[in-house]
Amino acid sequence: MDETLAQYDSWMHRMDPGVRVITAVIVSFCAALCHDVKILGVHLILALLLVGMAKLPPRAVLKRLKPLFWFLVMIWVLMPFTYEGEPLVVMGPLTLTRPGVMLCVNITLKSVIILFYFMALVATMTVATLGQSLHTLHVPDKMVFLLLMTYRYIAVIQAEYHRLLRAAKFRGFVPGTNIHSYRTYAYLAGMLFVRASRRASRVYDAMRCRGFNGKFHTLDTFSPGVVNHLFLTLVSMTALGLVVTETLLM
Amino acid sequence: MTHDFPVIQLKNVSFTWPGAVEPTLDDVSLSVENTDRIGIMAPNGSGKTTLFHTIMGLCIPDAGTIEVLGKPMKTEKDFEQIRSRVGLLFQDADDQLFSPTVIDDVCFGPLNLGFSPKDALEQARDILDGLGILALENCITHKLSGGQKRLVALAAVMAMKPELLLLDEPTAGLDAGVKTTLVDSLLSLNIPYIVISHEFDFIFAVTHRIFSMEKGRILKDDEVHIHRHEHMHKLGKFPHKHV
Repeated sequence: MDETLAQYDSWMHRMDPGVRVITAVIVSFCAALCHDVKILGVHLILALLLVGMAKLPPRAVLKRLKPLFWFLVMIWVLMPFTYEGEPLVVMGPLTLTRPGVMLCVNITLKSVIILFYFMALVATMTVATLGQSLHTLHVPDKMVFLLLMTYRYIAVIQAEYHRLLRAAKFRGFVPGTNIHSYRTYAYLAGMLFVRASRRASRVYDAMRCRGFNGKFHTLDTFSPGVVNHLFLTLVSMTALGLVVTETLLM
Repeated sequence: MTHDFPVIQLKNVSFTWPGAVEPTLDDVSLSVENTDRIGIMAPNGSGKTTLFHTIMGLCIPDAGTIEVLGKPMKTEKDFEQIRSRVGLLFQDADDQLFSPTVIDDVCFGPLNLGFSPKDALEQARDILDGLGILALENCITHKLSGGQKRLVALAAVMAMKPELLLLDEPTAGLDAGVKTTLVDSLLSLNIPYIVISHEFDFIFAVTHRIFSMEKGRILKDDEVHIHRHEHMHKLGKFPHKHV
């Protein structure tokens, strides 16, 4: 897991993480509630504005869009042809429907907008800081803990999985569609669970040895100033305003 | 901080893992003085790690009494207070380093002790500098090499300013360079410590008393003793081992 976007420096990076998380949630919900393409266009401009404010390099931003791109391609291939409604283009046996295309445009815009919002507001902080800000926003300790531990140990568990799989391959294991392969994979998965749970208890012991009593402290000290609150109000109001505008116009 | 009483006093401690037939610790008595630097060399499965975990209260003994830093340890609360004063270095550094970055991890202990972020940072940087790894400060913990992880884990323990150190195989899987750093930093400490290791040279360099363990019992140095003597034989100039 890389945190490259959090490594840059900008006014956005220095803003209070709690304010950023709240803003991200509000604007994303607002974007999800809108349907009108023009309104979504305004959202896109707002999102790009925020990405610009975070001074993220365009290449890194586009790279983050890649997984989404393949998902959107799948939708564009299936949806316009299978959705019922007024035909737009007829190509032999295939019919491109207008509502299908509109839906695709909608989904594409919304997902890109929300991703931009999160890249500008949330991806610009490290996972540790995100955990801390969720803590200050009174998200239950257990959930914050879960997020931080997942972040730290996912790589260890992945390494353990690869080690087990490699060991199996060195002893001549070739995955195939047969009971032996399924059983081997089941053993692998089982072993991973056993190891993960044993590791969890060791990690917890190590934490107790260093004075852990259920509370997380962090080094990052942010103090939300007037500017931060102004930013939160301004951006959230704009997003909410767009929802209201659309509801009134429709 | 100096104490004129034994820093660890175990009396007739026994511990059996749930489901096991043989006890892992069998009527163990051990007294560690304030100036002690003890090495434990013993076969795998002889109960070394369990001994450490019992001292830290991670394993609750079936019988016997434990005193750490002059205080009797009976309940989890007693152990909780003592854990931040006794540093335990775990066998696997990955178990110990759970924070995303090195500095976060080294500061974890001091922050738990109630240090302000500024003081915690200062202390953590001091310790990292002392171990010669200040450059790793902002590295992601799970991307470090094995040797770096071990040193960072040691820094994390040292940052609590412990009055007593327990080191569980600190040299396992380390190259000669990191080992030298480890020896130097252990020798520069003025607190008592116990080291578990399988390496003669390392134990010889950093301790003055050596214990062994067998079937859950401790053998003191009147029973085992590391010693060196010169000898000669054919092909002696080639690296070799005596069995």
